[in-house]
Amino acid sequence: MEHASSSFWNIFQKKHKVVHCEVGDPPGIEIKNLTVTYPQNTVISGLTCHFDIPSLWAIVGPNGGGKSTLLRALLGLQQPTTGKVIFRNFCPCDVAYLAQQNQLDRRFPLTVGDTIAMGLFREVGIFRRYTKEQRGKMQAALEQVGLASFAKTPLQALSGGQFQRVLFARLILQDAPVIFLDEPFTGVDTRTIADLMKLVHVWVQEKRLVIAVLHDTALVNEHFPNTLLLARQFYRKGSTEKVLTKANIQSMIETSQAWEAMIGEGPHG
Amino acid sequence: MVDFFISPFADYIFLRRALMACMALALGCGPVGVLLVLRRMSLMGDALSHAILPGAAIGFLIGGLSLPAMGLGGFVVGFIVASLSGVISRFTILNEDASFAGFYLISLALGVLIISTQGSQVDLMHILFGTILAVDNTSLFMVTGITTFTLCILAIIYRPLLIECFDPGFLRVIGGWGGMYHFLFLVLVALNLVAAFQALGTLMALGMMMLPAVSSRLWARHVWSLFLFSSFFAVLSGYFGLLLSYHLEWPSGPSIILMAGLIYGVSLLIAPFGALKRQQGRD
Repeated sequence: MEHASSSFWNIFQKKHKVVHCEVGDPPGIEIKNLTVTYPQNTVISGLTCHFDIPSLWAIVGPNGGGKSTLLRALLGLQQPTTGKVIFRNFCPCDVAYLAQQNQLDRRFPLTVGDTIAMGLFREVGIFRRYTKEQRGKMQAALEQVGLASFAKTPLQALSGGQFQRVLFARLILQDAPVIFLDEPFTGVDTRTIADLMKLVHVWVQEKRLVIAVLHDTALVNEHFPNTLLLARQFYRKGSTEKVLTKANIQSMIETSQAWEAMIGEGPHG
Repeated sequence: MVDFFISPFADYIFLRRALMACMALALGCGPVGVLLVLRRMSLMGDALSHAILPGAAIGFLIGGLSLPAMGLGGFVVGFIVASLSGVISRFTILNEDASFAGFYLISLALGVLIISTQGSQVDLMHILFGTILAVDNTSLFMVTGITTFTLCILAIIYRPLLIECFDPGFLRVIGGWGGMYHFLFLVLVALNLVAAFQALGTLMALGMMMLPAVSSRLWARHVWSLFLFSSFFAVLSGYFGLLLSYHLEWPSGPSIILMAGLIYGVSLLIAPFGALKRQQGRD
């Protein structure tokens, strides 16, 4: 949850441009020597990486290793200390972002239909009614996530897995070429994970770039061809089988133990 | 019956004015309160309402007991406090609620000090607890004007404001000016607190927003129906509060808030999502 009046303060501040947009080849996200520093510690240092469109990436790493910070930096919500992020052939508003589930109030008085309709906000704007075609799209999205008859159901009546399906339906409606998922399967049952993973594969077939922050390495091994292993200054990128090796995971654990021993209680990335 | 429920308002023009002011307040505060609860900003509303006091005190020094002068002062200072707390929580380790609490205690103390050194005890009581029975035409215009403005703005920004309430990150990512809606909403909160301030005083101004809003949460499941319930409860508490205060010679502000409290208590017991019937809502 964003703090209420700090976002109020944000609008008085001139935002630095974090993300640069370019036209060129290959389309995707290029990260050059990215460093993000919080007052107490450096969370990402010297990260250079490239995500192509289309492809499917997992970001794996310990708590506080900079996974969410990286997504926030890519979204322009977090100012990097040094380095550059370049979006080739798409602009920041073409990114669809699924935040961690605990950031949303599941008792908020909206129906499933209201919630997924947000995905069309850029199309309909503030005043316009939803057209018949758009309503059709909404119904189709609900069917795709297996909630065909739930349009009028209040959010608070949903289980954790169903709630996550709703958020995926909203992502479908956003129809974005780049999709970021921050721990999308935390607290979600295995059947829902299987269904939602199918959807993720469909997105990649539709020529989108999907980047997911995940904890479950078995799931990553099974479904994700590419992985970025991120533990602050230590990172490995590339095909999952080459990245998720015992040696790499061991050095990731050692790095994270080193900083935990040094800092104790610090803010988490 | 008629004697009890209607005659007081038919006989006395000051009661009629007070009733009108309450109705106008209720219509504006109802929806704003619901949004405040949904955004989990109750504490911020509390802080803002207390922060209005020193501004109102300065207005009082300049213009005497006039709502426009005190209202303007309150609005300006309330805003400064809200933004300062935001800055403090951004640049220090303090959470926003803690910095708010710090600021509103300071402003409360400052306001009381200004009024008691420059005015009388009676003035202080008026400002702290409100003087709804002394509503004149100017204040009535001001309150109804604020309500009209509030409802119009809410109607215009309804869709993006709700998205911003539910998922603040979402609008920011899709480039939807989330900060601006948040800012407009804060302006509405401050304006309605200023309007409520004459009726209920700075100490209880928030009551007309919060109590009907939390009660409505126990009755309805959609944002529009929450708005309706909340405004309806606020109107009810205004009417019965004034009635009680007339018949029992209770002070009007506390009577209104206590009626709102009574509605809340009853809602807890009998409402569909109240304490006794809570079966469907999952955590």
